[in-house]
Amino acid sequence: MKSQPINKKKGLGQTRFIILMLMPGFLLVALFTYFPAIKGVTMAFQNYTLYTMRNVKWIGLKNFQAIFKNREFLMAIPNTLRWVGFSLFFQFVIGFTLALFLKAKFHGRGLYQGSICFPWAISGFLIGITFKWIYNGSYGPLNDILIRLGLVTRANPVGFLSDPKFAMPSVIVANVWYGIPFFVIMIQAALQGVSEDLYEAADIDGASVVQKFFNITIPSIRSVLILTTLLRVIWIFNSAELIYALTDGNPAGRTHTVTSKMLNLIMSEGDYGKASAVGVIIIAVMATFAAFYIAATKFEQEDGD
Amino acid sequence: MKKSGAKHTVYLIVKVIVLLSFLTVVLFPFYWLFQTSFKTPRDIAQFPPTYLPNPFVWDNYATIFRMQNFGRYIMNSVSVSLVASFMCVLIGLLGSYVLARFDFKGKSKILMFYLITQMIPGFLGMAALYTMISKFGMMDKLTTLMILYTVMLIPYCTITLRGFFAQVPRALEEAAQIDGCNRVAALFRVILPVILPGVSATFMFSFVQCWNEVFSAIMYINRSSSYTIPVALNSLVLKYDVKWGELSAGAVISIVPSIGMFAFAQKYIASGLVNGAVKG
Repeated sequence: MKSQPINKKKGLGQTRFIILMLMPGFLLVALFTYFPAIKGVTMAFQNYTLYTMRNVKWIGLKNFQAIFKNREFLMAIPNTLRWVGFSLFFQFVIGFTLALFLKAKFHGRGLYQGSICFPWAISGFLIGITFKWIYNGSYGPLNDILIRLGLVTRANPVGFLSDPKFAMPSVIVANVWYGIPFFVIMIQAALQGVSEDLYEAADIDGASVVQKFFNITIPSIRSVLILTTLLRVIWIFNSAELIYALTDGNPAGRTHTVTSKMLNLIMSEGDYGKASAVGVIIIAVMATFAAFYIAATKFEQEDGD
Repeated sequence: MKKSGAKHTVYLIVKVIVLLSFLTVVLFPFYWLFQTSFKTPRDIAQFPPTYLPNPFVWDNYATIFRMQNFGRYIMNSVSVSLVASFMCVLIGLLGSYVLARFDFKGKSKILMFYLITQMIPGFLGMAALYTMISKFGMMDKLTTLMILYTVMLIPYCTITLRGFFAQVPRALEEAAQIDGCNRVAALFRVILPVILPGVSATFMFSFVQCWNEVFSAIMYINRSSSYTIPVALNSLVLKYDVKWGELSAGAVISIVPSIGMFAFAQKYIASGLVNGAVKG
């Protein structure tokens, strides 16, 4: 390293430096993410399908009208609420419990954490395929286990994915299974940051476990909890791989969420116009969440740690 | 410990039971895939199912390598994932360094620009992207996937890496600059080694995302010589008669590297996410 004078013209040089460093990422994301997405939004107002590609017309709000008459889409709305709500709730509660159990060091904790991380590493697509088989009514192991436990009779195995009563709950269970590790790891990482001094001080004051939990643990990791939860909502809302691989909406469109219905409109029906209309609706919903998200991040910065 | 002995014992028992049952639930699907990959088709179709392969055969692995050209798909997946994760980390490093170290007008807008991408449903741009890619003559090319995956991960990398940069004291690079390194050299020679654990975790996380990606790969790759592993698995699923043995052999092959990387990197991935807070 030779030493050289460093009093360059700071102002302009620095601006140029900043622009140069940001440019590659900005241009690529603008070209391959924003441009197609904006074009996608315009398709929501066109009769853009695989079969009309050469003769695309503006059709106003017709795609939206058609969607709100589509039985599967209408069923997908309450499904989406259940999919997001139940998945999040159980992932959070189970994940939090496990993270608390993992807070104190014990022999083999690292190995345990590594092992329960497995689902996080694989795609929703593969998880869908695997659960499709575990749930299978005629030769899946879950039915066999339930039969062995005496909960189900061999003559009447449960059609986890074919019975309308069980289909959506089964899909959600698979998603809960998929998402727990994320919460365990995130909350555990946050818990490591809570100072032991606080707990010791509380011990001296004779605080109970419950008091310590609500007065120390929760407030200390609140910002992480808020962020993780909101991010997770967005993520669960936008994910469709698992449903695509597990049921693709069956039986009779009963397990579609809004997002998986959108994917279905693209992959099976080639109706990009209607799919885009669903996408526009999704963005509107996401924007609401984004507002929360921004509020939460601002809150964290002010909290400043 | 001031906890009373009996109470503490009860707590320990509950804890062990909860942790072990959860572990069983987590591992069972993996075990199921794994043991199925060594079963014969006849063994697989049995009900009640058996929980150990009998007889134990390697046929499923042999078949996917001989009949399905799986070796090629693995190579495709490896090269696409390696190139894309290397590129997105590199591009992310450049941008995040500036975002962590400088104050300038529009900085929060750039951050928003990246955050919003995480909220756009990916399928919205699919049709437009499809037209674009076929117009550019980029169908069936692994390069296409490399570019798309890089782009897919730039926001995540930028925001996460920014969190790691923020932890490095400024004094370090000031010292480097007095030493005569210019900014970029200081970034790569002095700061990078300090945040290397975080950077490698970001790299591994990105690698696994590329390795697992399904839909773009299905959309833009039709020629079987360019298949990545997920596309190959998808084509096995779409067949009328699903060959579970071969499918699970392929699944096992595709799962092993991601699990290895995640088990190794999970701690850093989590701290990166906690610091930079993007998506999972």
